[in-house]
Amino acid sequence: MPYPPLLVKPMREELTSAGVKELLTPAEVDAWMAQKSGTAILVVNSVCGCAAGSARPGIRQALAHEVRPDRAASVFAGQDLEATARARGHFADIPPSSPSIALFRNGELVYFVPRHRIEGRDAAAVAQDLAAAFDRFFAVPASSPAAG
Amino acid sequence: MGTFHHDRSPLHGITVVVETCGPELYVGRCDDEDERQVVLLDADVHREAEAGPARAEFLRRAAEVGVWGKLRRVVIPRSQVTEVRRLGELEV
Repeated sequence: MPYPPLLVKPMREELTSAGVKELLTPAEVDAWMAQKSGTAILVVNSVCGCAAGSARPGIRQALAHEVRPDRAASVFAGQDLEATARARGHFADIPPSSPSIALFRNGELVYFVPRHRIEGRDAAAVAQDLAAAFDRFFAVPASSPAAG
Repeated sequence: MGTFHHDRSPLHGITVVVETCGPELYVGRCDDEDERQVVLLDADVHREAEAGPARAEFLRRAAEVGVWGKLRRVVIPRSQVTEVRRLGELEV
């Protein structure tokens, strides 16, 4: 059952205020995913205190890293159900978990952080891992082959 | 900021691997645990000698991307549990 919008609002804004575009409908997800060129991060946001409480500030810190994705978006699990399901359809062979983080390069999924890799870690650790992934997958121009 | 449940086990909400003295190995989100039982939500189970991936491959894949929540809720008697560890601690 979705949480009250008033409770969730600051959790949404914690990402949108860092430039992350919220995708609220399947159509918005489709439009965002249709843009294949360049690099992108898609966050599956969550109310979960065990992981999302460090994921969001970690993502904010990572997005301030020198190397960062061209585009950033989020869907909210348990809140925007259809948009979240549509987003997960783009990495359908990965079990759903939230929060989780997907990195794309030219439309291809190149890195995924499931919930259990966030649980129990602080924001700095989440940011450090993401920044390392940005360096690894996004540092070279997106027109070049991705780093292994 | 997030939601917390202070009346639960410290492992509440954490994805764990539960080793048992039997053929079953469970991976799921810990809902609660005490001296009587471990309760997992959205869990998957690997049974030794069953068709499907080997135990090591099951764990490797779980550590990499998580598990499909095939069991909505599973209660494992503490008497059968030999070890509970965080999935996130496993090397990918």
